[in-house]
Amino acid sequence: MANLVLKNVKKSFGSVNVIKGVDLEIKSGEFMVFVGPSGCGKSTLLRLIAGLEDITSGTLSFDGQVVNALAPSRRGIAMVFQSYALYPHMTVYENMAFGMQLSGGSKDDIKTRVEKAAALLQITPYLERLPKQLSGGQRQRVAIGRAIVRDPKVFLFDEPLSNLDAALRVATRLEIAKLHHSMNSVTMVYVTHDQVEAMTLADRICVLRDGLVEQVGTPLELYENPTNIFVAGFIGSPKMNFLEGKFAESYKAHTIGVRSEHMEFVKKGGWQGSVIHAEKMGSDTYSFVDVGSAEPIIIRETGTSRHDVNAKVSVAPMDGKVHRFAADGKAI
Amino acid sequence: MAATQVLSKDTSVPMKNELLAGRTRAAMIFLLPMMLALAIVAGWPLLRSIWFSFTDASLVHLYEAKFVGFKNYLNWIDLPSGKRVYTGVLVDKGWWNAVWNTLRFGTVSVVLETIFGLAVALVLNAEFKGRGIVRAAILVPWAIPTVVSAKMWAWMLNDQLGIVNDMLQRLGIITEKIAWAADANYSMAAVLMVDIWKTTPFMALLILAGLQMVPKDVYEAAEIDGVHPVKVFFKVTLPLIKPALMVAVIFRLMDAMRIFDLIYVLTPNSSQTKTMSVISRENLFDFDKFAYGSAESTLLFVFLLIMVTAYIKFAKVNLDGSTQ
Repeated sequence: MANLVLKNVKKSFGSVNVIKGVDLEIKSGEFMVFVGPSGCGKSTLLRLIAGLEDITSGTLSFDGQVVNALAPSRRGIAMVFQSYALYPHMTVYENMAFGMQLSGGSKDDIKTRVEKAAALLQITPYLERLPKQLSGGQRQRVAIGRAIVRDPKVFLFDEPLSNLDAALRVATRLEIAKLHHSMNSVTMVYVTHDQVEAMTLADRICVLRDGLVEQVGTPLELYENPTNIFVAGFIGSPKMNFLEGKFAESYKAHTIGVRSEHMEFVKKGGWQGSVIHAEKMGSDTYSFVDVGSAEPIIIRETGTSRHDVNAKVSVAPMDGKVHRFAADGKAI
Repeated sequence: MAATQVLSKDTSVPMKNELLAGRTRAAMIFLLPMMLALAIVAGWPLLRSIWFSFTDASLVHLYEAKFVGFKNYLNWIDLPSGKRVYTGVLVDKGWWNAVWNTLRFGTVSVVLETIFGLAVALVLNAEFKGRGIVRAAILVPWAIPTVVSAKMWAWMLNDQLGIVNDMLQRLGIITEKIAWAADANYSMAAVLMVDIWKTTPFMALLILAGLQMVPKDVYEAAEIDGVHPVKVFFKVTLPLIKPALMVAVIFRLMDAMRIFDLIYVLTPNSSQTKTMSVISRENLFDFDKFAYGSAESTLLFVFLLIMVTAYIKFAKVNLDGSTQ
């Protein structure tokens, strides 16, 4: 249970400014996801919250108490690292118990807590094994278990799924979502570059770019009402179609953006072009149509497509589904 | 059935063997020059020494040497008085003195070098400006040929003209000049000091390599766990660098046990510091007891072999490069 407030937080490494003034409130019990392209500062921001890096200027407070100078271990946090960061020479049990043993917990108390966390994450059979004897997914569960054992007020995740293969990523994502439901008083901050993870896990998403917050909101707010081109392009898969020039002029905008599911094939009118490629996913088909814009338009249809490659087609955005952007990238 | 078996033998098996044969051939080609060089510079001299230790060879009669069995190691003569007198390396007081000197030198120098090397490595592993230069600078004692640095120290430690005595006197630590290298009370300490000065950088570098293998995030996890830095060192760092540390120690131990050049230059002819290598060289060339010196060399070899084997076995040193 902790309410995190960042006020004009800045971080520079030497002369390089990585975080350029972030104002953000993370509510108690909330699952907040930091998302952005690599180098946007999302991991650094998380490390500032953890206390692994010093804040250059600005304040960070937990429940109203400024913690800028507080040691990581005294902030009531737990962290799960991308690379698991397990102690290689200790068994799973020792890994999970290590922090508590040193802070002087009783042996029985430690044992109960480790076993409870292990049961929750289904790693009980592996308690006596060394990390190297575990698969990547199991290691990450141990790392999560070690964090749970600390009984933190704030749970920090630094790209915890990046080292896992695709199937395991989906499964572990679900584990983390379940964890959030079962520990709903714990504030969680999660860093990822994968917008699907952000969309599926977050209560609210904070989109970062170049050390600044672009937009903060619930996944659907960001999806439906992006405040600028960057957020519009970053959230959603496949990427939003952007059109400029004559395509945008009729909408009185510098650039217009339409999501692939908001484009449709029409009998007449619309933009003429030809299908240059179709990706058949089974459940959906993504057709790439060249209408003379900078990049081909992607159109999503449910099921299989009626349109063959090289077919001449007309396409148009659905009514009211066009995002309009000014020359500076801001939504109109 | 028979036909298909023959067929499968004819197709799949020879192909596999061809691959294997190719790999074996490549391996042999790469290994051969090294095996040959080792055989010439290490294998042959070793076998010759062992052979000479069982003969009555002397420097001028190397090729007419005759086999005498274990006489160089242990022999006895029955005197007319009925008294039996033992001779040979195994009952030679000078030899055993050298053995104890070697052990004392080896133990003390390796222990201190490991501790200092570890300390230096920990400092060098931290991030600070000019770390590259410091890393290079610290290697200087190791880079100087031992004979040169030993001579340099011999001058510095000289009782009349040496700078060490001068400095200590000016600081009021000693009142009378000390003959560091010649005085029986100090000669072993002088040798140890110079060896530690020279070899600590080597240990530091080997340990540093081990330290750099420890992932950074483990330290961050410990920081979040709130583990005290001293505890982190003993519970996390030390266990993780143990394999590298063990290999570094065994290298140093082997080196220390056959130390020759430093002692030969710094404290010639001091019974306080005479080691196994020094005494066997003395017999081989100075006293023209070539067979006797060979026997001592052979014993040194056996001694090292036993020590290293035991160390690898009991310390579970991992020499094949796999993790832990």
